[in-house]
Amino acid sequence: MRIRKCSLVFASFVTLLLAPVLAFAQTPSGQKAPAASKAPPVEQMEAHVGNVTGESQAGAKLYYRYCWGCHGARGDGNGENAPYVTPLPRNFVTAVFKCRSTVTGFLPTDEDLADSIRRGFITSNMPSWISLTDQNRADLVAFIKTFSPRWKTEKPGTPITVPPEPAVTLASIQHGKELFTKLECWKCHGPEGRGDGPSASTLTDSNDQPIRPYNFYTGYRFKCGTTNHDLYKIFMTGVDGTPMPSFADVVKPEEAWDLVHYLRTLQIWHKSPELALWESTPEGAAMVKAEKVHQTYTGSGIHP
Amino acid sequence: MRMKYVVLAGLAMLAASAMAIAGPNPTGGTVSGKVTYEGTPAKMKPIDMSKEPSCAKMYSTPPLAETVVTGSGNSLENVVVYVSAGAPDDTAPSTAAVFTQKGCRYIPHLLVFQVNQEIKIQNEDQTSHNIHPLPKLNREWNKSQPPGTPPISEKYDKAEIFPVKCNVHPWMHGTFAVLKNSHFAVTGDGGAFSLANLPPGKYTITAWHESYGDQSQEVTISGSETKTVNFVFKAKPY
Repeated sequence: MRIRKCSLVFASFVTLLLAPVLAFAQTPSGQKAPAASKAPPVEQMEAHVGNVTGESQAGAKLYYRYCWGCHGARGDGNGENAPYVTPLPRNFVTAVFKCRSTVTGFLPTDEDLADSIRRGFITSNMPSWISLTDQNRADLVAFIKTFSPRWKTEKPGTPITVPPEPAVTLASIQHGKELFTKLECWKCHGPEGRGDGPSASTLTDSNDQPIRPYNFYTGYRFKCGTTNHDLYKIFMTGVDGTPMPSFADVVKPEEAWDLVHYLRTLQIWHKSPELALWESTPEGAAMVKAEKVHQTYTGSGIHP
Repeated sequence: MRMKYVVLAGLAMLAASAMAIAGPNPTGGTVSGKVTYEGTPAKMKPIDMSKEPSCAKMYSTPPLAETVVTGSGNSLENVVVYVSAGAPDDTAPSTAAVFTQKGCRYIPHLLVFQVNQEIKIQNEDQTSHNIHPLPKLNREWNKSQPPGTPPISEKYDKAEIFPVKCNVHPWMHGTFAVLKNSHFAVTGDGGAFSLANLPPGKYTITAWHESYGDQSQEVTISGSETKTVNFVFKAKPY
């Protein structure tokens, strides 16, 4: 009798000790990945970013580690974090993208998507993923393209032609200023580019969420880049999914550079050649001085 | 004798040409009816265009919002009635459907056209507008259109009904209805519609309104009769 009781106690003790060990052996990483039977098969898709070829199978693993918390398991922007985030995470199923080098309404290039992942989006929850390798980003682009049927049914968008940037001259800046007025950019961006124009407060994006126009006063970076070339593409391709339209049909390419040069003079806290040239004139110097004194905190709060 | 043959031949030619002009099935059936509402619709508010003086000054009294437009006899306007099933797809007509921005409003408020038919969007105002249609199945694009610039030409390759807006002028709302066939009508004052030239068959007729949703009814055409199909929408007080 005693021996059996002892064995029983001993056996249950051993079982209790072993149980957690056995349990841990099932999930070595400690993370709960989708069970093999539930995860949908990954569609075969490639991406070409520079010299690197990305592959969707590899991209899927990265996506479910880094991206799905915001962008969702189905890539529709309905991740766990989505309710707490403004603007909403990108919905890859509709394939409408802000930062492209292609005409409004058309799909971005693989490079556009890889650039967006690398840069992140200022004033949003999308961080800069420079911590990933070029191969990682190319793989992610390939996987992201599997969320929308558009990449199978539509031809990829053709990048717009960006002519070489002419020299920064006062004439160019002046002409850009005239365009800013004529094209009524100020209606949203405000006369000083502070995102406080008459239409600014009622703007909504294509998800019906309130959205603010870019505030040139606050910095030098944009949603879609930092350089003059990036700025050119922003208004010549439009920021799809937002109120910012494309001006490609109404601005000639050479005139577009004039507008770029003028817009840089609105970024009065950023030392650019355009601003330096503008401030060397009495009119420009007076305007910039007045703007530096005139503090407002409307529009998107970007830190330089 | 010869005169009789000449007259007969002339009559035959006349009949043949009449049939040729009318088409292979000149009569066909017709589905017609009225779209009305029951209940009390919300009162439309006047649009405040003070942020756009160049448009505001075009109106002696501010125009009303067009979300719900009612007409005589409890009729509901701006309802597109179309054949959603039972008819084959039609090739798009070569004439463009025209959408005009005037007085900071869209004319017509609801533009109906066919898949792959060209639409021409023109700006007759003194201010810039941006055209921002918001489809979910078709491509979403957004273009600026300053005054004095040529019309924007576009088309859509999927059937869909979706809103159009101008971001600069938030009160501007319109609808594009891209349909697969040519059997459609938009109701005006009185709510009447008529879909003609329907060959024999079983059809689903759908009526769509931007606030009150859509309804469908089935109808069978056997010859050249006119079938009456009426739609009654439930009005919302808000």
